[in-house]
Amino acid sequence: MNLLFDFTVDKATATIYVTREFAADLDLVWDAFTKAEILDQWMGPRPWRVETKEMDFRVGGRWLYTMISPENVAAARWSLAEFVEIQPKSSFTTKNSFSDENGNPLNTDFTFSLTKNSFKAGVEKTTVQIVKKMASLAELEKFTAGGYYEKGTAMGMNNLDEYLRTLVTSK
Amino acid sequence: MRRDIFQAIADPTRRAILVLIAVQAMTPNAIAEHFDITRQSISKHLRILHECDLLAQKHEGREIYYELKFEKMEEIDIWVDQFRKIMEESFLRLDEVLLTIKNKKK
Repeated sequence: MNLLFDFTVDKATATIYVTREFAADLDLVWDAFTKAEILDQWMGPRPWRVETKEMDFRVGGRWLYTMISPENVAAARWSLAEFVEIQPKSSFTTKNSFSDENGNPLNTDFTFSLTKNSFKAGVEKTTVQIVKKMASLAELEKFTAGGYYEKGTAMGMNNLDEYLRTLVTSK
Repeated sequence: MRRDIFQAIADPTRRAILVLIAVQAMTPNAIAEHFDITRQSISKHLRILHECDLLAQKHEGREIYYELKFEKMEEIDIWVDQFRKIMEESFLRLDEVLLTIKNKKK
């Protein structure tokens, strides 16, 4: 089955729009996004893996998790998703930030993002739309679990103007 | 005030300035010669670019030369691209997980 994946960025508002289809019914896809035992199996940047410490899926509740390195070491920065809105089997919104292992905010890190996940049942598939509103797109660096990126190759002088235009006009 | 890089490149004059200083380091005077606007406007644009941390300054004698910090321009696109890849790969794993769960249920 050909499954849609769409990823767009609105740089002016630092918002990311992701749409993805999954070949499963709504109930199962909903569980995959809201139950720790399934989330731990697929989320996060490899080679790190997600390990949940707390999951309390209700409005006002939170999901506290960390990234475990291939050497089995937990990342210093823990991830916190607070559930601010839940429409069962339809959508939920999280306030995402970084914390210590007990979910206390890091004093070095005041920014957060808001993520709304919406679910729509289709014929033999479910469409998930994710809208992630960030303070700044530079914050995305933190979601890459740090460190394992390599600097891009130096940009050629000739295409700079084209590059700048792309930055401005592309969404 | 720390500004966002996209504020910097939203303006056509600032984009043109970035293109100029990408090729070689230039003094404010030399930059101004390329435009039909006042020196004050050029100074304002340079100040905004500076606040966006896009300019490197070199002092030679009494002159200040401005250069483009290439790494700043690339930074954001790198993070966006990384994040896209993380999402894409995560979803491929989820496809497998969903399949496994469905097969177990049968």
